Amino acid sequence: MRKRIVSNGIVIVLLALAFAIAPAFYSNESVLFQMMVFLALAQGVNILYGFTGYLPFGYVGFFGIGAYGASVSISLWHTPAWLAMIAGGIAALVAGGMLSPLLRLSGAYFAIGSLAASQVLYYVVSNSNLQNITNGPYGVNLAAVFNDRASYFAMLLVLIITTMFVAYLRMSRLGMSLVAVREDPISAGMAGIHVVRTRTFVWLTTAVIAGLVGAVYAWHISVFYPDTVFDLSISIFAIVFTLFGGGATVLGPIIGTVILYGVYNVIGVSDPQYFQLIYGVLIMVLVLFLPNGVLSLLRRRGIDVP
Amino acid sequence: MHLLFIRKQLENSGLLRMGADRPVLLYTLVSGILFGIFFGLMGLGLNFIFGVMKIVNLAHGDFVMLGAFGVYLGQTIWGVNPIISLLIEFVVFILIGIPIYYALVPRLLKSRDPEMLSLILFFGFSQTIEALATMAFGNNPETIDATLLGKYPFHLFGQSFQFAWLVVVLVSVAAMVFMYVYLYHTRIGIATRAVMGSREEAQSSGIHVHRVSALAFGIGLGLAAVAGGMSPFMLGGIFPTMGVDLTAMSFAIIVIGSLGNPLGTILGGLVYGISLMLMQTYLPSWSSMVPYLLLIIILLVRPSGLLGRRVRHA
Repeated sequence: MRKRIVSNGIVIVLLALAFAIAPAFYSNESVLFQMMVFLALAQGVNILYGFTGYLPFGYVGFFGIGAYGASVSISLWHTPAWLAMIAGGIAALVAGGMLSPLLRLSGAYFAIGSLAASQVLYYVVSNSNLQNITNGPYGVNLAAVFNDRASYFAMLLVLIITTMFVAYLRMSRLGMSLVAVREDPISAGMAGIHVVRTRTFVWLTTAVIAGLVGAVYAWHISVFYPDTVFDLSISIFAIVFTLFGGGATVLGPIIGTVILYGVYNVIGVSDPQYFQLIYGVLIMVLVLFLPNGVLSLLRRRGIDVP
Repeated sequence: MHLLFIRKQLENSGLLRMGADRPVLLYTLVSGILFGIFFGLMGLGLNFIFGVMKIVNLAHGDFVMLGAFGVYLGQTIWGVNPIISLLIEFVVFILIGIPIYYALVPRLLKSRDPEMLSLILFFGFSQTIEALATMAFGNNPETIDATLLGKYPFHLFGQSFQFAWLVVVLVSVAAMVFMYVYLYHTRIGIATRAVMGSREEAQSSGIHVHRVSALAFGIGLGLAAVAGGMSPFMLGGIFPTMGVDLTAMSFAIIVIGSLGNPLGTILGGLVYGISLMLMQTYLPSWSSMVPYLLLIIILLVRPSGLLGRRVRHA
């Protein structure tokens, strides 16, 4: 147990140090920022998919709602940026609460239902009838509060908190009971676990994580459109990154994001079709041959990974 | 994109010129039914595959897209009539589907959670197809002249509609009749229904489960291609990245009908088509939400679909 705390602690400290120091060595800060965005989202997917088995295809819905929650709070109520970030988290919490009946579905039905839900959120936000609140399809401009540095470190903070929560789940009673519910909800319920309560708690937590990430993202890029923050490929990326590394671990999503997002930046920007091809084939190979991610190669040899 | 096109067609037909003495509601309902039958065809292949193998073919929309390009290329390069292209495509896609089945599905079914992993696997497949199609066809939307299928409008309840719509409806009905005859009046179809009921029991009573499923997979793709071949006439411009939207649309349709019941798809298509047309006419700015909203409502209120008999494990 103590060994686990130490190894998880090392991973988190290294992650924090890497992204705190990296801007000094690497000039393209937006790549680092986006990588943190995907790391945090992948950890969010990891919490939900890895620990509860719900595959949230529509995870991007919370991200978009967070971004819009923050921008509405800045442009309508002129709140300071830090308060707007919290507003983004709250907006996602409310959306998560409204969508919690989706948890009644299982398997593919949940995945498709959450996908549909994210599209509904998108069409509501981008609807031209709501132009005086969200500015409809014409996008948002937050240049007034733009702050490169502060938003970078806000993102780092969200990432570290999220990763710490995953580490907590890895070691705590709550995480164990979630895994038990994932494997067999009926037996878990018989063993005294509040199935609905734990699931709903995790669902709302992941919604808030995505909302905060979306809010900080909005702050950082400051000019965006509904299509940018409700882009379905954001949730797909987060899912693939998680699967690549391996779910229900702290390290898996980190490895997946760093490797795959790195590959994306090398070839994806200049030749999107080739990247799409590689990534499509990679997903297929993964599912067929390594459904538990690359870390399962280590675990199969008896090495315990954080 | 497609919804915009449907709206433009409605505008051209004079529907949205309010104040004209056309019975708007009647026109909307009839076009809803015509589109609904086509939408039923769109969902049919996806639902058949789900029914037999309990896997979700997220690449469905991409096979629809390939079917559309097949008809387009046949027409522009060799001048083949779209209907003939359709028949050829149906056979070709069945033949392509069988090896794809053997390459992907048996391995998938052995895994811990086939239904869930199938979503991801076929998502990867869909990305692969989309990338290859973008390389081959480019990113610009292509269109086919709708008058190819007949120049004169046809009349129904005193309204005039494009002749192409009638042809599409006839093709869709033919496909549904084919499906019915296959499932209820052929030996292999009866075996297929046995597999849909219970894979293990079918296997233990001597049915070649993989052979039956492989053919079902092929037919599923063939039906997707036929729907695709008709889509330029109903949905307008075709382009390599249209697959994702079409998959979502098909999914809404089959969930409304009821998952795993191929004939329920027809009802799903009708409900979907009519509600879409009503929204297009009366509340156009919210109409793009229809498929997704219907999907969520049906999932939550009646998880087994309108025609579902058994309750789903939720």
